[in-house]
Amino acid sequence: MYMTNSIINLEHITHKFNHSIALSDVSLEVKQGEFWALIGPNGSGKSTLLKIILGLLKPSQGTIELFGGPIDSFNQQQRIGYVSQKSNAFTTKFPATVLEVVKSGLTAKKGLFKRFDKEDEQQAIDALHIVKMADRKDESIGDLSGGQQQRVFIARALVSHPDLLIMDEPTVGIDRQNVESFYSMLSELNREYGIAILLVTHEIDVVTKLATHIACLNRSIHFHGVHADYEKMSEAELSGWYGHPIRRLHQKETEPVK
Amino acid sequence: MIEAIFTYEFLQNAILSGLIIGLIAPMLGLFIVVRRMSMISDALSHVALAGIAGSLYLSQQVLFFAALNPVYLGMGAAVVGSLLIERLRRVYKSFEELAIPIILSAGIGFGAIFISLAKGFGTDLVGYLFGSVSAVSRQDLYIVMLIAVMVIAFIYFLYKELFSLAFDPEYARVSGINERVIQAAFMIITALVIGASMRIVGILLVSSLMTLPVAAAIQVAKSYKGALVYSILFGEIAVVIGLISAYYLDIAPGGTIVVTSVFILLLVLFWKKVRS
Ligand SMILES: Nc1ncnc2c1ncn2[C@@H]1O[C@H](COP(=O)(O)OP(=O)(O)OP(=O)(O)O)[C@@H](O)[C@H]1O
Ligand SMILES: [Mg+2]
Repeated sequence: MYMTNSIINLEHITHKFNHSIALSDVSLEVKQGEFWALIGPNGSGKSTLLKIILGLLKPSQGTIELFGGPIDSFNQQQRIGYVSQKSNAFTTKFPATVLEVVKSGLTAKKGLFKRFDKEDEQQAIDALHIVKMADRKDESIGDLSGGQQQRVFIARALVSHPDLLIMDEPTVGIDRQNVESFYSMLSELNREYGIAILLVTHEIDVVTKLATHIACLNRSIHFHGVHADYEKMSEAELSGWYGHPIRRLHQKETEPVK
Repeated sequence: MIEAIFTYEFLQNAILSGLIIGLIAPMLGLFIVVRRMSMISDALSHVALAGIAGSLYLSQQVLFFAALNPVYLGMGAAVVGSLLIERLRRVYKSFEELAIPIILSAGIGFGAIFISLAKGFGTDLVGYLFGSVSAVSRQDLYIVMLIAVMVIAFIYFLYKELFSLAFDPEYARVSGINERVIQAAFMIITALVIGASMRIVGILLVSSLMTLPVAAAIQVAKSYKGALVYSILFGEIAVVIGLISAYYLDIAPGGTIVVTSVFILLLVLFWKKVRS
């Protein structure tokens, strides 16, 4: 059997919303074991690109392959864990416990008509341990703080033991200490289990520490490649694609310099 | 009343149908309420009204319809209405909720035409509007039982998919859940439950039995399973109290059942307030 270690392969993706172009000729390949950070200013098309990879949006042009096959025939959704940018936008009164929410991450893995059993429950608890929320498993999801909810959604993405994690600013609202432990967990998942990661973030300091690959997006890809090459880019080049001046060394986040 | 239950078949039919409806209406209602679709059951029940009125009118005109249980046409109309709502929701993508008043008005419109054409139906129609203790036939009961089996199987086997779609539709789609198919099936099931419930609670009050017990349940439940159990519990209490008082006071059970549900909701809200 022909084996491929390509997990995501995007070729010439262009996407228009009505008539405005959100993505223009984006090509990108994520292989097994790679940790990609996707960075870019607001409105640069990061979330749009992730939605296209996840099959939530159909691109106007271009082809997508997942795990070596075309996206249209892809049916192994349990291999992808996803945390969306606004995953905690549900109704706060929604009656569901933390455990019920995390278990729902096993929906694809179980398959149609099957019901969750004790084993699934244990897997959900294990996933909650990773994000240190296991002791809150029976609480109503709406009673948690925003950051705690976000950790629950991360557990939901991890529970099916995916081969690929796609995360859209997963650490928004999480406090500094937990952000650090979350990223070191990601890095561990990546290094020890070879899980591929595609992470959208504005926390550039993380990028420089953990990601193996970096893609800079602003409608089109302005740079993609390994970490070392990214480091070589000059501030002027970075600023060029970001759209406003950026100073690299002294800043934690890519904020415009006034 | 106990004695009467053993004596009169109509009472057995009413009590049994009532208990089954008290189970399935709030059970399905939970999935409807958390998806903010409560108005849909209202729209569908008015479409059922058009079907019922049409059937009653035709029964005056055509021999075949005189022998046909109007529930069938009512239910059929609700199923067609449910599919039309789905269709319209896709047409008006950014004004999804517009589908509901469109279908609701169409239902009332056709209903009004048939009722006028027939020059009124008297007690028959009142029974369908507000429910009836005495009008439930054995055949009605069998229809209710059949639909209950379908609803319970639907929720049992698709529980995790339905939960996912309710809690986070985007995530559900990423999980590979076929939203369109499940949603269409869900709408048809809803139409069937409305058809099943209208004999007892009446067309105008069906949606209340699907939403009021749930509204009380989500005040007290922490989990989704818990909300399901409380919804059914409150639904059954309302049906039992409602049916008994309707029988003794000789009034339409739809009224007593729904008013009991309102009291349960108020009690729950009051209890919550006191406790906090
Ligand atoms: N559903 C939509 N309809 C129309 N335009 C959209 C839609 N979603 C996104 N856009 C547009 O596409 C562009 C890219 O949006 P996208 O959400 O992908 O940006 P992003 O890089 O994720 O930004 P952020 O950092 O703020 O999350 C924006 O100009 C946005 O206005
Ligand atoms: Mg975004």
